[in-house]
Amino acid sequence: MMTGAFSQVKGIGYISLPERLAAWLLGFLWILPLLFAFWAAFHPSEYTTHFDLFAPLTLEHFVSAWDQAPFARYMLNTIVITTLILVCQLVLCTLAGFALARMSFKGKGLVMALVMMQLMVMPEVLIVENYKTLANLELIDSWLGVGLPYMASAFGIFLLRQTFATVPQALDDAARIEGCSLLQVLWKVYVPQARSVYLAYALVSISYHWNNFLWPLVVTNTEASRPLTVGMAIFGAPESGVDWPIICAGTLIAVSPLLAAFLIFQKQFVQSFMKAGIK
Amino acid sequence: MNRTRQLHAWLLLLPALAMLAAFTHIPVISTLFNSFYESPIAGKPGQFIGADNFRFVLDDDIFWKVLWNNFWYALITVPASIALSLIMAIWVNSRLSGRAIIRLAYFTPTVLPMIAVANIWLFFYTPEIGLINNLLEALGFEGQNWLGDPDLALPSLMVMTIWKEAGFFMIFYLAALQSMDTSLYEAAAIENAGRWQTFKRITWPLLMPTTLFILINALINAFKLVDHLFILTKGGPNNASNLLLYYIYENAFSFFDTAYAATLTSILLFILALLAWFQFGFLDKKVHYR
Repeated sequence: MMTGAFSQVKGIGYISLPERLAAWLLGFLWILPLLFAFWAAFHPSEYTTHFDLFAPLTLEHFVSAWDQAPFARYMLNTIVITTLILVCQLVLCTLAGFALARMSFKGKGLVMALVMMQLMVMPEVLIVENYKTLANLELIDSWLGVGLPYMASAFGIFLLRQTFATVPQALDDAARIEGCSLLQVLWKVYVPQARSVYLAYALVSISYHWNNFLWPLVVTNTEASRPLTVGMAIFGAPESGVDWPIICAGTLIAVSPLLAAFLIFQKQFVQSFMKAGIK
Repeated sequence: MNRTRQLHAWLLLLPALAMLAAFTHIPVISTLFNSFYESPIAGKPGQFIGADNFRFVLDDDIFWKVLWNNFWYALITVPASIALSLIMAIWVNSRLSGRAIIRLAYFTPTVLPMIAVANIWLFFYTPEIGLINNLLEALGFEGQNWLGDPDLALPSLMVMTIWKEAGFFMIFYLAALQSMDTSLYEAAAIENAGRWQTFKRITWPLLMPTTLFILINALINAFKLVDHLFILTKGGPNNASNLLLYYIYENAFSFFDTAYAATLTSILLFILALLAWFQFGFLDKKVHYR
């Protein structure tokens, strides 16, 4: 009772009225660009900067945006690239994370250091050399080309290593006594124990690669492999002379799948980012 | 038996290590290597020219401008977004009505692609019809050419960066706050400690590892995140808002001077190595909370 009363007054949960207002105002400012995009996209052009609660609604900007850029193709490219990267990351990081968590071998410290190096030197920094590599492999302007540099993820390896290291050794031993091979132990004991970490990692990876821009810009040339972000940059460029409301409509088309997923799985998203952050 | 165990370990590591070698380790080495050569001309490999590329860099006024810009960009956006994210986390963690909605609002910029939201921000900043100038003029102030004025272009980019990053960092603080031991706070309440005192003596020290984790990530991002430049300013006017990675991109893919781009990348790698040293050699020894 006492502590409850105290924390009511000045404990963790306390927040004063001016602060409440500030929190709300900041929230409003933070969501404002998105609100504005919705406003501009759903109202006729003359209302873009003229706010009127009773302005008529329209879908014409979405129709024009859809006609002016191959959004369906961009979306397909983004989905394929994101999925490709995620699947490969999950496989590679699981194998490597397991070896680093539960096996002893010479040079483990060095391997760990080499892996962790990618946390600092991410593929974005090495666009010049990676472009040359991809050109040598003749993978420029392909889905695989966009995905390759990201398939081994230091972050994923580290995250799974930390998780696998907490799996009770007794479970591992029991599976071995029953005659499971190394990969069977990994698949039947370790992977199920890390289910929530896999979900967390997947959400972080998807939102990263759905939004990634610089490397896809460098490595794609045509709409055959261009993801939504690169398509948006071309679509929104002043040279292409597209109207604001149409750009806003296009932007909403581009972000809608991820935004919808985010709104539906809000809790999982936030918790995933938290989990990934704590390690 | 032990040998097969070792072999298995290496086999498990092989795919990931091969990919890391191909797209991280070997490129790092060849970047350093190429910065001592000329750019290849018409398919012929360039000549070894020693440290000439680095001399060019040191004489390149644009390079210094870009580095200076990047320095300011990091110096302003990193502390500002960290401070803001901490305030956000504390608010969202308190007994605030509608906090789920507010948390959602704070976090939304994180899930939106930088490139798409930059299009919306471009409209905010545009002179004449832009939203910010409309608002200023309605209040009786003079509108500014936010992205066209050399003095305002970089600060305008900074504002957008802070908006994009703060909600992301908030999540890490929120995670840390929620896993904190409440008994310390109860003790503070019994001692009648004020809110600021409680924050200074309990919350801030306990959050130190989180702050350092965010700090490193924010610093890396300050050198890595240039997507919005492509939409908002393209580094202009006259390189007033250019940043190092964007300048590397320009040299490699607009001016086709790959050797110069490699030299600039070497410098960026050096900066990142300094950050790594700062993190592992310095910070990790100072923080004992974990």
